[in-house]
Amino acid sequence: MSGIATTGPSRNRWLTAAAWRSLFRDRPMIPLLALLLVLVIVSDIVRPGVVGTEWVGIMLRAAVPLAILAACQTLTMLTGGIDLSVGAVASMAGFVVISLVLSIGLPAAIVVALICALIAGLVNGIGVGVFKVHPLIMTLGMSLVVLGAANFWQIQTVQTSSGVPPAIRTLGSDVFAEVLPYSLIVFIPLAIVILVGLRRTGYGRLLYAVGDNPVAARLSGARSWQVLVVLYIISALLAAIAGFLYAGYTNVASVSLVDSAVLPSVAAAVIGGTSIMGGRGGFGGTIVGVLILTVISSLLTSLGYPEAVRQVLFGAIIVAVAAAYTRVTDQT
Amino acid sequence: MSATAAPVGAVRARPADALASWLRRNSWMLGLVVLLAALLVFTKFIQPRYGVTGVQGLAISVLPLALAAVAQAIVVMSGGIDLSIGSIMALVNVVGAVLMANQSEQFGVVAVLACLVLGLVLGAINGSLIVFTRVPDIVVTLAMSFVWAGCALLVIATPGGGSAKWLMELVSGSFGSEWVPKAAVALILVVAVVWLPVRRTRFGLSLYAIGSNRLAAFRSGVAVGRTRILAYMLMGFFAALAGLSVTASTGIGTPVPGPYTLMSVAAVVLGGVSLAGGRGGVFGPIVAVVILQIIRTDMTFLSIDSNLATVFQGVILIGVVMIGSLIQIRRGRA
Repeated sequence: MSGIATTGPSRNRWLTAAAWRSLFRDRPMIPLLALLLVLVIVSDIVRPGVVGTEWVGIMLRAAVPLAILAACQTLTMLTGGIDLSVGAVASMAGFVVISLVLSIGLPAAIVVALICALIAGLVNGIGVGVFKVHPLIMTLGMSLVVLGAANFWQIQTVQTSSGVPPAIRTLGSDVFAEVLPYSLIVFIPLAIVILVGLRRTGYGRLLYAVGDNPVAARLSGARSWQVLVVLYIISALLAAIAGFLYAGYTNVASVSLVDSAVLPSVAAAVIGGTSIMGGRGGFGGTIVGVLILTVISSLLTSLGYPEAVRQVLFGAIIVAVAAAYTRVTDQT
Repeated sequence: MSATAAPVGAVRARPADALASWLRRNSWMLGLVVLLAALLVFTKFIQPRYGVTGVQGLAISVLPLALAAVAQAIVVMSGGIDLSIGSIMALVNVVGAVLMANQSEQFGVVAVLACLVLGLVLGAINGSLIVFTRVPDIVVTLAMSFVWAGCALLVIATPGGGSAKWLMELVSGSFGSEWVPKAAVALILVVAVVWLPVRRTRFGLSLYAIGSNRLAAFRSGVAVGRTRILAYMLMGFFAALAGLSVTASTGIGTPVPGPYTLMSVAAVVLGGVSLAGGRGGVFGPIVAVVILQIIRTDMTFLSIDSNLATVFQGVILIGVVMIGSLIQIRRGRA
């Protein structure tokens, strides 16, 4: 920092800039929540009276599955990775449950779907952790494999597939007491486990350690390959759970259902202050990031913009926010 | 950098050693060519009627992906990666199709030139964002892939538009002998005219330099930022050519990106370009694209489900990358 050069008249301005920097760096939640509040107010101005309990319910219902996918990105990004296979894995899990529910029942179908996801996650983890393949390539390749396999399965079961089972539909799309979607039953425990797990458990701290400085982590005895294998399994299981909720939310069985949510999930984690280079961030910011994206998305829809504009804007937001974070956290 | 140092060594060494070192340096490429030959023989074996039409179909279906792989290879050699190639192709594809729809053949030339300039601009935007914001290239290009795909949808919401006739004739049919498809000639010509001279320039050398060691390149006086942006511009140029080749082979514009981004990464890795940067060329990826396409054709001949073919391609991608990094780990230990 060229702090000496900016003393004198501009000292005051430098102080506030530094204060802003440290605010963004140390407490990213405060500006994020402020942004969320602004967006909610704008929503209310655009369509007066729309913001109410029902609106909150709709927002939460849309945000919950995305937040679970964003958890996958947050956890993998903490280690300097990324999981782009979540879309394929989630779609596959939702589809497997729907295609099997008539023949073997809901619990067994869910177990089968989770096992499929676990296998995908295990292979991802072995590729990234043991073979040191770049996570991006590994998970992109895995998404090809999972998508192809799911498509193949779809052709095999095209006659027997039924609608989305009612239990899943209720979980994904119904709201009780007008405000709280049933999906919170799944999400709140998961969120607590992730939040507490990252802060308080050894495994959580290992994720930060591996991402922040892999060499230091190895020298202090962390077996990073084990950490990574477990991490990608967790990520795939979370994606599968998100897939169940998406299937219930949209009431659709499709092997490419969740594909369009992959970029928003990365965007949410980036906006929430998790660095893709690893070692910095957390799930709290990601949840706020998801809420911000959900509100922006509904705002654009209510303004009548097509899906294309939303895509452009999401992409631009990611670059802008990532650039802002890079700027404030760069010490050099 | 070894590419420039090796000829000096080769002159001094005895012929046998020179041959051995040449083989060692190009072992990956030779392996690919052998694999390609084996696959062709295998194809002829399972489908005796595979001949002229097969080769022509192969050349046309390979062209867009081969150009995309060249584009990706250039960025990867400079130590970067671009996940928006498929979207850039889609955008150029629809812009070209919309410009050329119901227009004269002469205007088609203007439209093609405009598309190539568009490609350069899109690449420059990607590169500048990466250099000036200092956000990792993966994040920037992943985000930009959605921006460009969204722009393509804004240009035209459903497949449509048209193509100039001369552009379509440029890639279909054969040239001279019927065994020489025009698409293959176009591909070789474009690469020979654009990439080979560029590689010999100062910029070409800088490209490999920043890919193999950015800090060392910076300390030797390479303008790292400018070289990176130029690399992305060249990527945009080849991606635009790839997008135009889609327009030429389909005759319309489709605003949805194909699987080109992922396949270009696969081809680059299979083609012997290190994802860490600084190594490889563009011919390996082109051969890799042909191999991937032949595998797909063979699976059709063997009446294997096309979805399983997708699985197989994913497995090949993962397998190749795993073996590649395993070799690197071994080398690091030795």
